[in-house]
Amino acid sequence: MTSFFLKGEWYDFRDLGNPVGGLLHDIDKIAPHWVVYVVASLIGTGGIVLWGVLSCLAFIWIERRVVALMQNRKGPNRVGPAGLLQPVADALKLLMKEAITPRAADKIVFWAGPVLIFVPALAVFAVIPFGPKMTLADLNVGVLFLIAIAGINTPAVFLAGWSSNNKYALLGAMRTIAMLISYEIIQVLALLGPVLLVGSMRLGDLVGWQDHYNTWIFFIQPVGLMAYIFAGAVETNRSPTDIAEAESEIVAGYHTEYGGIKFGFFYQAEYLAGFAIAAAITTLYMGGYTLWGAEKYIPSWIIFLGKLYTVFFIYIWARGTLPRLRIDQLMAFAWKFLLPIMLVNTLVVGGEVLIWRENDISDVTALTLIGLVNFFFGAALVIGWARFLGHGRGRQVGRRALLTQEVGAVYFGAETSS
Amino acid sequence: MTIKSEPFVVNVGPQHPSTHGVFRLRLTLDGEKIVDADMVMGYLHRSMEKLAEERTYTQNIPFTDRTDYLSAMTGNLAYVMAVEKLMNVEVPERALWLRTIMAELQRIASHAMAVGIFANDCGAWQTPVMHMFRDREKILDLFEMACGARLTLNYMRIGGVSKDIPVEWMPQAQRLLKELPDRFAEYEDLLLSNEIIIARSRGIGTLTPEQATAYSVSGPMLRASGVAWDVRKADPYGAYDKVDFDIAVGRNGDVYDRFVVRLAEMRQSLRILQQAFERMPAGPVHARLGTATVQPWGQAVAPLAYRPPVGEAYARIESPRGELGYYIVSDGGPAPFRFHIRSPSFINLTPLKLMSVGMTVADAIVILGSVDIVVGEVDR
Repeated sequence: MTSFFLKGEWYDFRDLGNPVGGLLHDIDKIAPHWVVYVVASLIGTGGIVLWGVLSCLAFIWIERRVVALMQNRKGPNRVGPAGLLQPVADALKLLMKEAITPRAADKIVFWAGPVLIFVPALAVFAVIPFGPKMTLADLNVGVLFLIAIAGINTPAVFLAGWSSNNKYALLGAMRTIAMLISYEIIQVLALLGPVLLVGSMRLGDLVGWQDHYNTWIFFIQPVGLMAYIFAGAVETNRSPTDIAEAESEIVAGYHTEYGGIKFGFFYQAEYLAGFAIAAAITTLYMGGYTLWGAEKYIPSWIIFLGKLYTVFFIYIWARGTLPRLRIDQLMAFAWKFLLPIMLVNTLVVGGEVLIWRENDISDVTALTLIGLVNFFFGAALVIGWARFLGHGRGRQVGRRALLTQEVGAVYFGAETSS
Repeated sequence: MTIKSEPFVVNVGPQHPSTHGVFRLRLTLDGEKIVDADMVMGYLHRSMEKLAEERTYTQNIPFTDRTDYLSAMTGNLAYVMAVEKLMNVEVPERALWLRTIMAELQRIASHAMAVGIFANDCGAWQTPVMHMFRDREKILDLFEMACGARLTLNYMRIGGVSKDIPVEWMPQAQRLLKELPDRFAEYEDLLLSNEIIIARSRGIGTLTPEQATAYSVSGPMLRASGVAWDVRKADPYGAYDKVDFDIAVGRNGDVYDRFVVRLAEMRQSLRILQQAFERMPAGPVHARLGTATVQPWGQAVAPLAYRPPVGEAYARIESPRGELGYYIVSDGGPAPFRFHIRSPSFINLTPLKLMSVGMTVADAIVILGSVDIVVGEVDR
């Protein structure tokens, strides 16, 4: 019975690529090749759009409920069972609202903003392998595509902020440009580690490598993962770096003037970009759709989505906990802290891979050693560099207030008396 | 080629998520840097001081709820103290203790709000506020038991308080008192050593003691600048001279110290409450004023129209925001001739330009949050 399910026939739903492949095979017998090509891309795109929209709706509910739990309140619980239909109601409300364009706005650019931000957010998923046969476009430069397409949202955000003709929007747009350009570099360097290790930019190969060596790059590249998670938070404007739309400072940043479904596009694009970051982390660092053999029994796309949502949950958690950084602090963090560390990390990984390839070392020994070296060296590097920049222990410890009985005394500048 | 640039004016408010009401701040920016800050007040002006001249002394008490609406007890207290001074009323012992207890509970509630909103201004999306609201709600429940209202309390009366606390009040308050230290420890864990909060607030909006006293700043803001000045100690009222507590002061006068001082003061309030619960005597809660009527159930109820002798009086207390003073001039009639409020929010706001020029937009919001204004009190 088990072997029957493991053959991977067209009806095998562990990989949704199988039934689609079966269908395409049948079409191929009766129709010209281009029909197969068009049908395949339509199915893939439709599937991704459907999944993206549904996941967004689900995560709007999950995020609101989870943050509500963190904040001692209930969250949406009135529309539908346990408030499940709340995102649907919100989406309907956004659809039915009047699409206002401010009189002073640049009309065409104002419209272009939400579209330009939404399309790349979806296009990123084209190269993500959801399962062994579930990649819409298995590009050999998948990692490059990932970075390039995700980078398109920078001009889109700037178009939105500039065309609104609103000062808050302009401030938000300026902040976004500065932030995204800085963190794009960090992101590239963070993704370079796994690519160097594997020697391929095809995302399928990256997953296959991790499956073959039975390890996750997460264990071999901890510093890269941390940097990528943080850069991802910046890229998708999520807390603690939601500076571009800092609600308490510049109202809503670049989308201050947007309402109705145009705002809905921004809102959804933000979630999709978050999923894209989580998908990249899952694929490059956490073994993609594989789970140490369990993918033979559990559908690989369920494993992949489970990992993706787990990573995305980190961002929700951070949103419920952390305050926001200031723009100059965020920039300083990128250029002074993360960039040198990532450069050194890239150098170290390159050297390690070189030694591994040149010498006759068994894979297990090599990977174990690389993992241990990277972990301890990375920890030493992060702590040492932080100390060097003056963030040593002691300064972060919050000082409590002095207590005194003496009315009228002045304690300004007084040192801590224990 | 030089690029021509010009300063850029941004209105923060009157409709803005973090102006704590309808306060308007007109910032002139050079990029993100503030080169000038103008305060525009008066969006919530309700002409309270003039209105009060047309109402009797008792009718004015509800107005004092509505100036500083996050700290109605202290507003009530300062006003009735001024009138009592004018009328030379001896307030019964139990009423003094009750006033102290209520004022301290109010201080905890108000500081909880201030600290939570400050974290919100730093960008901690609602979580600290919601946690602080949980405890504030419990204090508001106590207020509701004592006087029936939660926000605009109207509890103090000329010569005492409106009614004694019910029998169930004390056990519930004791329970709350046991809970609160753990809660405060939780906030201190979450916020005090938070790297981001420290990065955002240390060294921001610094006021030296000289500047602070020159601007007549008071309350936690003055104490954060290192000046140990507290009206509760300097000019004791209520039962503050009978309880033991410390003044919390900061060392640097920055935004972080203001926030630390507020957290420390919440703990000191707990100390005062603990002592007050143990030592509060039994007895009447309202002075037998010449014109007071005694209801069948034995409580003295103040009549509507007192006529204090001709004269003037100024009473000051330490409200959660600073030194709150009421100045009242009587011409012998049933309504005050002049009614003036020295509101700490308004005066603490005056050095805002000094504090925020040279900082960035994000800092200006945090500085404004650290002043802890209530626009109802700024504009009256």
